[in-house]
Amino acid sequence: MSGPTAEEVMTVVAARSVRDGQVCLVGAGIPAAAAHLARRVHAPAAVVVHESGALDVRLGDGPLTDATVADRALTHVGVGELYSTWLQAGRVDLAFLTADQLDLYGNIGSTVVGEYDEPTERLPGAGAAAEIAAWSGEVVVVMAHRLRAFVEQVDFVTAVGHGTGPLDRGLLGLRGRGPVRVVTDLGVLEPDPETAELVLTAVHPGVDVEQVRAETGWDLQVAPEVATTPVPTVGELAALRALRPARPATAEESP
Amino acid sequence: MPKIVELTAAVAELVRDGATVALEGLDHLVPYAAAHEIVRLRRRRLTLARSASDQLTDQLVGAGCVETLVFSRIAGPDGRPPARFLDALGNDWPAPLRIEEHTHPAMAARYAAGAARVPFAVLRDTGTDLPRHTPTVTTIRCPFTGSAVTAVVALVPDVTVVHAQRADRAGNVEIRGPVGMQKDSVFAARASIVTVEEIVDELDPAPGSVVIPGAAVTAVVLAPGGAAPSRVHGYYERDDAALRDWAEVSADRERFGAWLDDLVAAP
Repeated sequence: MSGPTAEEVMTVVAARSVRDGQVCLVGAGIPAAAAHLARRVHAPAAVVVHESGALDVRLGDGPLTDATVADRALTHVGVGELYSTWLQAGRVDLAFLTADQLDLYGNIGSTVVGEYDEPTERLPGAGAAAEIAAWSGEVVVVMAHRLRAFVEQVDFVTAVGHGTGPLDRGLLGLRGRGPVRVVTDLGVLEPDPETAELVLTAVHPGVDVEQVRAETGWDLQVAPEVATTPVPTVGELAALRALRPARPATAEESP
Repeated sequence: MPKIVELTAAVAELVRDGATVALEGLDHLVPYAAAHEIVRLRRRRLTLARSASDQLTDQLVGAGCVETLVFSRIAGPDGRPPARFLDALGNDWPAPLRIEEHTHPAMAARYAAGAARVPFAVLRDTGTDLPRHTPTVTTIRCPFTGSAVTAVVALVPDVTVVHAQRADRAGNVEIRGPVGMQKDSVFAARASIVTVEEIVDELDPAPGSVVIPGAAVTAVVLAPGGAAPSRVHGYYERDDAALRDWAEVSADRERFGAWLDDLVAAP
C-alpha cells in the first residue's frame, strides 16, 4: 500500500477526534470520510448525521457515495428540522467544519476578506457554520494550513469560535466547547485552556514547527512538548481507501 | 391553469418579471431545466431565493435575470464563489446585483414561517456578524422571558420551483432521498412549479420520502433529466465533470455568452 497523502493524514487525524457513541454532524468531503472512518476503526457506535438531512447513516462495509449515504440512512429529515430540532436543540455532540479563514481564537471567516460592501475577496458564505459552531457540543475544524487562511483576526465573524477569549462563549450564550481542535495538513492546533488561543500541539510526520509558524499569520504559540502525529496505521488507511475507492470530487464541500 | 402543463407554459405564466422566485435543491434535485426556461424567456429583475447557491445561480445571474439574490452560501465544486456571480457583484456585469445574505438554518426558518403565514421566525443568537449587514435578520427580546433571540422575516416567494422524482396525475409529488428545504419552500410560496422525472398513475411512496399534496402545487411539469447535472436519487448521479467544466465557461464573459446563445437557441 502506498503511503498516505496529506488529505488522508488530515482525514485520519480528524477521525481520531470522534469518540464512540457521539452524534456527529458532517458535510461532504473530509468530514464525512472522517466520521465514517471512525465508525469502522474505533467508534462503531458513533451516529453519523449528514448535512443533507440523512440521519444515522450506517455504511457497513460499503463505500461512501451520495447514493449509499441516501440509501443507508435510518431516515431523512428536511434541513430545517435538522438545524432546529437536532443542531440548535443540542443533539449534536461533534461537528466538523471547514473554514476559509480562521483566527487565533478559532473564529471562522467564510463571508468576505475586507469590508462587507467592498470586499477584497468574496468568500462563499456561512452555510450552517454559524449555527454549527454555536450549538454543537464540540467542533473540529479541518482545513489546509496556509498563511492567507490563518489570520490574527478574521475580517468578518461568520461563526464564533472562542470570540476574544475564554469567557466569550458563555457570555454569548453559546452551547458546548466550540472548536476543540484544528486539524490541518501540517499539524494540530488546540485552544489553550487558560486563554482560548490556538496553540500548536502536534505536527504531522516530516513537518517541523518553523514550517507551521511560517504558514500562520500570528505569533503562534507552541505547546511545551509538541507531539508528532502517529502515522496512519495500515488498518486506518485500508479502511479509508475502502470508503473512498474512486475519490470523486464532491460538488458541495459545505460547512 | 391545468395541473400538468408544459415547462414553457408553466414558467411563462408563473414566473413574471420582477417576481420573487425560489429555486431550491442542495446538490440533489437542482431544478436546472426550469432555470434554463427562465433564461430562455428572458425574465428580468427577479429576486432569486436560492439558499445553497451554485452553478444554477451563476447562470441566472450571468444571464441578467436577477436583481437581488437571497442566499446563504454560494460555491462551485472548488468551494469558491462562481465567476458570473463575482462579476455581477463586483463589476455590475451584466447588471448590478444586490445580495441578501443569511445562513442555511435562517433560510429554512424563513421558509417555515412563510409556509405557516406568520410574520417572522425565531432562532437562537449565534453571534455571527451577518445581522449587521442583512436587514431581514435582527435581534429581539422574547416577550415571555426577556432573553435575546434572533428574528428573521418570513419568506413568501411569488413562486417556488423544485424538482422531484415523481408525481401522480392529481399533482401529488414524491421526493425521495435528501429532502432539503423543498417542502417548506413550496408551502411558503403563493404558487409552485414542480418538475418531475416521471408522472405515474399512482404514487407508491418509499418509507421516509416526502409527499407534497397536489393541493399545495400549482403546476407539475414532466421534465426527465430536469435536474442534470445535479443528482436525482434513484434516477441518475451527479455529473462531476460537467460541474467542474462550468468554472471555465463562467470565468470568461465571451465563453459564457456563447453558452447563453446556445441555450437560448436550443429547441
